Amino acid sequence: MAPDPPEVARISRDDVTHVALLARLSLSDDELDEFTGQLAAVLDHAADLDALDLDGVEPTAHPLPLRNVFRADVPVAGVDRDEVLAAAPAVEEHRFKVPPVLGESP
Amino acid sequence: MSTGAGGMALAMAAAVRSGERSARSVVEEHLAVIAGREDEIHAFNLVAGDAALERADLLDRSIGAGDDPGPLAGVPVALKDNMCVRGVPTTCSSRILEGWRPPYDATVVEHLSAAGAVVIGKTNMDEFAMGSSTENSAFGITRNPLDATRVPGGSSGGSAAAVAAGFAPLALGSDTGGSIRQPAALCGVVGVKPTYGAVSRYGLVAFASSLDQIGPFATSVADAALLLEVIAGHDPLDSTSIPAAAPDLLGVLGRGVEGLRIGIIEELSGSGPRSLEGIAPDVQARLAEAAAALEAAGATVEQTSVPFTVYGLSAYYVIAPAEASSNLARYDGVRYGLRVEAGNAVDMNTATRTAGFGDEVKRRIMLGTYALSAGYYDAYYGKSQKVRTLIIEDFLRAYESYDLLLSPTAPTTAFPIGAKTADPMLMYLNDVCTIPSNLAGHPSMSVPFGVGDDGMPVGVQVLAPANSEPTMFRAAAVLEAAAGGGAS
Repeated sequence: MAPDPPEVARISRDDVTHVALLARLSLSDDELDEFTGQLAAVLDHAADLDALDLDGVEPTAHPLPLRNVFRADVPVAGVDRDEVLAAAPAVEEHRFKVPPVLGESP
Repeated sequence: MSTGAGGMALAMAAAVRSGERSARSVVEEHLAVIAGREDEIHAFNLVAGDAALERADLLDRSIGAGDDPGPLAGVPVALKDNMCVRGVPTTCSSRILEGWRPPYDATVVEHLSAAGAVVIGKTNMDEFAMGSSTENSAFGITRNPLDATRVPGGSSGGSAAAVAAGFAPLALGSDTGGSIRQPAALCGVVGVKPTYGAVSRYGLVAFASSLDQIGPFATSVADAALLLEVIAGHDPLDSTSIPAAAPDLLGVLGRGVEGLRIGIIEELSGSGPRSLEGIAPDVQARLAEAAAALEAAGATVEQTSVPFTVYGLSAYYVIAPAEASSNLARYDGVRYGLRVEAGNAVDMNTATRTAGFGDEVKRRIMLGTYALSAGYYDAYYGKSQKVRTLIIEDFLRAYESYDLLLSPTAPTTAFPIGAKTADPMLMYLNDVCTIPSNLAGHPSMSVPFGVGDDGMPVGVQVLAPANSEPTMFRAAAVLEAAAGGGAS
C-alpha cells in the first residue's frame, strides 16, 4: 500500500500555468489570475471528501460492470472516407495535413 | 393506455397515422410557432425548416400509399446540438465545431427516423454541455419561455425551452449531472435521465463518458414514455449499451403507486438536520405536497437518509472534468472543426483550442487535467472514484427498503439571466440534487409540480434503481395527475 498522499497544497498560479501548457491552452496574465481563483474554489469544495474514511473502498470508474464487448466478425462498411476528409481543415492525398511537428515551418 | 392527462405527441402521431391530418400541416404549424417567438427565446442553433417539410411530405406520401411510418409519425422533435445528424451542422454550441457536418447519424437519430419523427432543428446548449443555464453557449443565451428575463436551465436549455414554448412537442437532451432534469424543472416540462446504457450514446458528442446519457423532454409523462420507448434499446455501436430490449412504459403508466414504498432523501430535501442547505422553502413545500399526493394514491412515503449523496457534488466536479479533459483532447485542429494556423503542430493545437473553447470549457479541461496530473491523482480523482462507490452502495442500501426515492430536481426555480455567471461554484450548486443519479448510473426524472413563490415552475425528482424506469414512470404519472399537469 502506498502511503496516504501528503496534504495537498492549494492550487497556485504556477500550477495553472503548467496545467494550461499540458492542456494546450494559452492564457493571458489576467486569465491566469481569474482561473487560479476559480479552480481553487472548486477544489476547496472537494476538500469535504478529506473527512471521509476511504480505506479499503474500491474505486468506481464506471456504473456498469464492463467487460470487453465484441461484435460478430463480419465486415461492415465504415463511414465514407471522402466525407470524413471533407470536414478536415487541411488535406493532402487523402491524408490529414498538419504543420511541421518538429521545429518551425521553413 | 391513457393516463387521462397529456399525450400531445401521442395524439399528433395518431392523427397523422390515421390520415386525419397531414404531417406537413403538423410541421407547418410548429414552424409558425417558431417563427413567432424564436427571435426572443433563441432555443435553436439551427431550424431545419426545409428539411423538415421535405421529410413531412415523404411521410404523407407513404401514409397515402398505405404504409405506417411508426409511433412518432409526423411528430416534430428538437435535438440538442451535440447529437450527430449526417450532413447537418453539429456544433455543441462551440466555436471549435462551428460548421462541422457529421458523416454519420447518431443511433437515436436513426431510431427517430424509423419511428416516423421529423427532426425540426438543433437546440442551443451550454458549450459541450458544461453549464446549468445555457449562458455558456458560443452562439448566445437561450431565454426561459415562461419569463424571458430568466434562464431556462442547462445544459440542455434549448431543448427544454423548445418544448416549453411549443416549438416542438418533444426534444432530446443529454444529462451528465442534471442537464435534462434541471432545465425541465426550470421550464415546467417533463425530463428523463434513463439508466446509464439504456439509450445508445453512439453519435452523442462525448463530455464525461461514464456519466453521459441521452433522454427525452416532453409536455407530459406519457409523451416522455413514448419517446423513451423509441430511443431505448441495445446498440452494438455503443460498447456500454445494456444488452436488453427497451422497456414497455406506456403500458404501465396507469398502474398507479398503490403499495409502493417511496423514500424522501432527507439530505436533499432541505428539511431535517442532515439536509444540505440551499433548498428554497417554496421548493421544499412542493416536495412535501408531492409526497402527500403519492401517499394519497396509496404509496407509503417516509423520510430516509442517503448520507453520501451530500458528497456527490464534490466527487462529480472532479470526475466529470477529468473525463472531459481526456475527451476534449480530440479538438486539436487536425481532423475537423476550427484550425488556427501556426508554424508548428503544437502551436497550431494551442492556438486552435485557445480560440475555439469558451471559458467554462477551459476551466473544466484545466480542472480535469490538474486532478489527473502526477501528485494530485490520488488526492482528487482516486478519492472521488471511491466516493462514487460509497454513493452507489448508499443507493443500493436505500433500495432494499424503498422502490423509489424522491427529492427536488433543483434547489430553486429559474433564476435571472446573469445571476450566477460570475461564480462558477454557485452555478455548480444547481446540480446538487441531480448529480447522485449520474454517479450511480441510475434513472431519474423531473416532473413539474406546482410553482414557486415567484410563479415559476418547480420540478420534483423521482429516482429509481437501475432499469426500473417502468416503476419510475408510474409514480411520475401519479404526480402529474395530482399537479393537474400534462399537456392541456
